[in-house]
Amino acid sequence: MTEEIIIAGFGGQGVLSMGKILAYSGLMQGQEVSWMPSYGPEMRGGTSNVTTIISDERISSPILNKYDTAIILNQQSMDKFESMVKPGGNLLYDPNGIIRHPERKDINIYKVEATHIATEMGNVKVFNMVVLGAYLKIKPIVKMENVMKGLKKSIPVRNHKLLPLNEEAIKNGMKSLVKA
Amino acid sequence: MEKELRLMKGNEAIAEAAIRSGADAYFGYPITPQSEVIEYLMAEKPHERTGMVVLQAESEVAAINMVYGAAGCGRMAMTSSSSPGVSLKQEGISYIAGAELPCLIVNVVRAGPGLGTIQPAQSDYFQSTKGGGHGDYRLIVLAPASVQEMYDFVELGFELAFKYRNPVMIQSDGIIGQMMEKVVIGPQKQRRTPEEIIKQCPWATVGKPTTRERNIITSLDLVAAKQEEFNLKLIKKYKEVKENEVRYELINTEDADYILVAYGSSARLSMKAMDLLRAKGIKVGILRLITLYPYPTKIIGELTKKVKGFLAVEMSAGQMVEDLQLAVQFKKPVAHFGRLGGVIPAPEEIVEALEQKIIGG
Repeated sequence: MTEEIIIAGFGGQGVLSMGKILAYSGLMQGQEVSWMPSYGPEMRGGTSNVTTIISDERISSPILNKYDTAIILNQQSMDKFESMVKPGGNLLYDPNGIIRHPERKDINIYKVEATHIATEMGNVKVFNMVVLGAYLKIKPIVKMENVMKGLKKSIPVRNHKLLPLNEEAIKNGMKSLVKA
Repeated sequence: MEKELRLMKGNEAIAEAAIRSGADAYFGYPITPQSEVIEYLMAEKPHERTGMVVLQAESEVAAINMVYGAAGCGRMAMTSSSSPGVSLKQEGISYIAGAELPCLIVNVVRAGPGLGTIQPAQSDYFQSTKGGGHGDYRLIVLAPASVQEMYDFVELGFELAFKYRNPVMIQSDGIIGQMMEKVVIGPQKQRRTPEEIIKQCPWATVGKPTTRERNIITSLDLVAAKQEEFNLKLIKKYKEVKENEVRYELINTEDADYILVAYGSSARLSMKAMDLLRAKGIKVGILRLITLYPYPTKIIGELTKKVKGFLAVEMSAGQMVEDLQLAVQFKKPVAHFGRLGGVIPAPEEIVEALEQKIIGG
């Protein structure tokens, strides 16, 4: 099994940390992982993206231009990455702020109202965990217990009191996935 | 053995490995894409863990000269920077090589020339392997292709530096520096005691006992004949390095008709390209360079007898390919493929380059 994922959105949406938690979850269950952020001028405001790969085998290139799954969280990223999903692959997006919805017929398209759900939960910071939950519903490549272990490793100890809220966000994301 | 598994950036792995390998000192100055090295070291407070000194110097030039001073005292000292910063260090590196001192220099390469851009490149190969500073000297150059190797090559680098009394360079790039991967962290090695340093480094300037003459650290000899004698000694040392320290990895070369020659992040991109080519029925293997100097000339000679052609994949305008051509000696076709300026080639572009430049060429 090799899953090659691009996660792309605005800086501040938790794109990089979502990738990191996913990578840590893979690590926790003994898989090979890689996490490659865009670190160019775009990290200084604007769009942000990370390529995360989880595999049973040695990972070759950490940078790709074809993905099994694209998780898209803003319009710019939709414009850039929709065409880069492998045929038969998955595209997951939050329709909030999306003007031009994905049009490809040869891939599976999913939606999650993550902005809306996070707002309802009273903490917009869990937005990325809602999206992660929706992704794990599509591709349960890592077990929930390992996600929680990965989460614990990824966030500072002072924020560990927020682990239950994050878990709830992941579960809400799983429940709210819609196939487009 | 207290072995530990972590998810780390390449730059962080360099920093943690420095502490764990029992290094005495790190001197540096921040520059993208390697600033995490000093950031991590500052946050970890290694002076509390092992007594290791970490200092942000006022410039790259100051940092390399601090390394020079510490190395002269037999200490395990290192610095890190990215391309423009490493250019600044070249005078110091030449002096350290001329004084035959061990140290570790890390270059997380970005695109140039000049300030260039902060994106990854491999355009410092000439500078690393052919002597970026003046005079007839060589660095031993290690090229990590994973975060694990970023970690492992710190200890290896120090080991080689002390074995040959020569500066060692880790030439990485923005991809390997910034990416996170799984790392197996080794146990903490104790820093050497002053007595152990004197024993290991009888040349070190650590105070003169009455039992021996003064130790002098210098790269100056105004007598031409003596300087030549010293140059010949260096050449003898580099010959030994070439005989003993060549490191590389062969991937799927047994049945290969074509070889991609690459190092660092280019080797990773090439592995993906190899999978794509093999899926098309084209038998491709990879020679991944681990040491850039010494260059694996001998194995290339052996491969030349078996294969139909070579493609050097490097994110430069064609630097390492010159050494490849020298090793192949025009017996088989050799071509170069690379993107420049911080643009990272897609594996599909490597496939196309091999098909057009070598198979169809």
